[in-house]
Amino acid sequence: MNFVGKIGLFIVALLVLVAVIGPLFIPEIRVTAQNLDFSFEPPSFAHPMGLDENGRDVLARVIYGARLSLIVGITVVAVSGAVGIAIGMVAGYYGGWIDRIVSGFIFNVFLAFPGILLAIATVAFLGPSLSNLILALCAIGWVGYARLMRAQVLKVREYDFVTAARALGANDFRIIVRHILPNAIQPLIVQASLGMAGAIMAEASLSFLGLGVPPPTPSWGAMLNDARTYFASGWHLTLFPGVMIALAVLGFNLVGDGLREWLDPKQKAR
Amino acid sequence: MPLLVVENLETRFPTRAGDVPAVNGVSFTIEQGETLALVGESGSGKSVTALSILGLIAPPGHIAAGQILYDGKNLREMSKEELRAIRGSEIAMIFQDPMTSLNPVFTIGEQIAEAVRLHTGLPRAQAWTKAVESLESVAIPDPGRRAKQYPHEMSGGMRQRVMIAMALSCEPKLLIADEPTTALDVTIQAQILELINRLRIERNLGVLLITHDLGVVAETCDRAAVMYAGKIVENAPVTRLFAEPSHPYTRGLLASVPRVGRNDTRLATIEGMVPKLTNLPPGCAFAPRCPEAEAKCREGVIQLVTLDKPTNHVVRCVRRPSKE
Repeated sequence: MNFVGKIGLFIVALLVLVAVIGPLFIPEIRVTAQNLDFSFEPPSFAHPMGLDENGRDVLARVIYGARLSLIVGITVVAVSGAVGIAIGMVAGYYGGWIDRIVSGFIFNVFLAFPGILLAIATVAFLGPSLSNLILALCAIGWVGYARLMRAQVLKVREYDFVTAARALGANDFRIIVRHILPNAIQPLIVQASLGMAGAIMAEASLSFLGLGVPPPTPSWGAMLNDARTYFASGWHLTLFPGVMIALAVLGFNLVGDGLREWLDPKQKAR
Repeated sequence: MPLLVVENLETRFPTRAGDVPAVNGVSFTIEQGETLALVGESGSGKSVTALSILGLIAPPGHIAAGQILYDGKNLREMSKEELRAIRGSEIAMIFQDPMTSLNPVFTIGEQIAEAVRLHTGLPRAQAWTKAVESLESVAIPDPGRRAKQYPHEMSGGMRQRVMIAMALSCEPKLLIADEPTTALDVTIQAQILELINRLRIERNLGVLLITHDLGVVAETCDRAAVMYAGKIVENAPVTRLFAEPSHPYTRGLLASVPRVGRNDTRLATIEGMVPKLTNLPPGCAFAPRCPEAEAKCREGVIQLVTLDKPTNHVVRCVRRPSKE
């Protein structure tokens, strides 16, 4: 992978490390423990990212927020990716009227909605919670994977080895799983990486608007929203969650770009 | 009983410009251990004939009429599942371009073993052994090591051997080879043809060899059927076809083959172009290009006539009177 991609990988690895290992060192109680005597305390040795308006440890909240961001990112990508791949595969492989309905109608309907508005509407309708947030993001996310998968399948199913497999008596299932999927999946890996960035960003946006995970669960977006009011008195309240969002999105985007180049068949030197 | 009987096969592709009869009333038979060549230019319907036999015509293309009898069973009356069971285990096919006919993400051993397991249900380890054996049978050196390699690690000739090994791994009785040597260079071509020939004799295989190369036909085939615009225009034993080509198109094809030792200044060609299948001329489809065409060539339907009963030499030309 190229240099920029490696930087992305490093950022992502760091983020995962923080989300997985961080909670082992910082007990969950510190996320919600308040100490109003010390609210807005700037960063110090005891609290490297300072305390917020309620005297809660910002570092603890950022670390547990990383966990939430990753959970949302991974779940959204996994679910919308799986749904999108399955639907795109069926549409591309079977073609005909199935394809005409799926890609000619359903795709276009979903693509006609501004994604984040649809997500806001979904959460507003179902009520804010982690699972509703994920559901809303999946509802807008799957179309991208499905469209890409369909296009890939249309290409790969015409390859000679698919005809050869069919001439050897392979059934549809085997052709799809063994011959088409592994040869069609590459651009979707890139898409998934970019999708992680998109999901983390969307989670932050929705939480910022108060449509994310309800408090007191720490979310970077919600932290930013809370900090907005105290921008003058506590600079560290906006800086750290803001930097984390930017870093996470940057990291996954760089990985996506790196993967795109790395997986390019024209790029022979690995 | 002949291994394969194709009777009046008609395969059509509906297009905006009208129905394209890519294969238009083709009949031939293949005996066990016999090689039949299907010769013709691009677009004459050779490959579509082959794919029709296996039921692999992609919709909206379809077989409109005719019978395909394999071992006495009508393949056209079979269900999808029955036909799938026949593919690979009874009739196998290899393709023109070995560079794209193998799945790039699996080792060749895995791919052959998969084909074996598909039809025999053997456990993994045994299927693998079978795969290595079949690589050995197509004369791939060090088959145990080669089986663990990916397609990109092999040359074109090697890959075509792998394709043949895979096609024959389930011991089919009929092999359809669609221009198996077209993508290979000349020395490798000869090796592959020799290999197919050896396996045919060893296993008493029926072979349908599709080619546009008359040199290949002369070397390897028992009979040849010449196709033009979706129809067979002449079908005869190879020696007879080369000695007494009876259709002007066959003669044109034979004349256009360069020969070593013949001091031609120019290679003979056939004037004109293959007619559009959506807009075939009345009468003989070859008449517009035929140097011998007469008025009677341009009307009605031209039937196949038998020139020689014992060898079953047939020709689709009104200018050859049938000799009973």
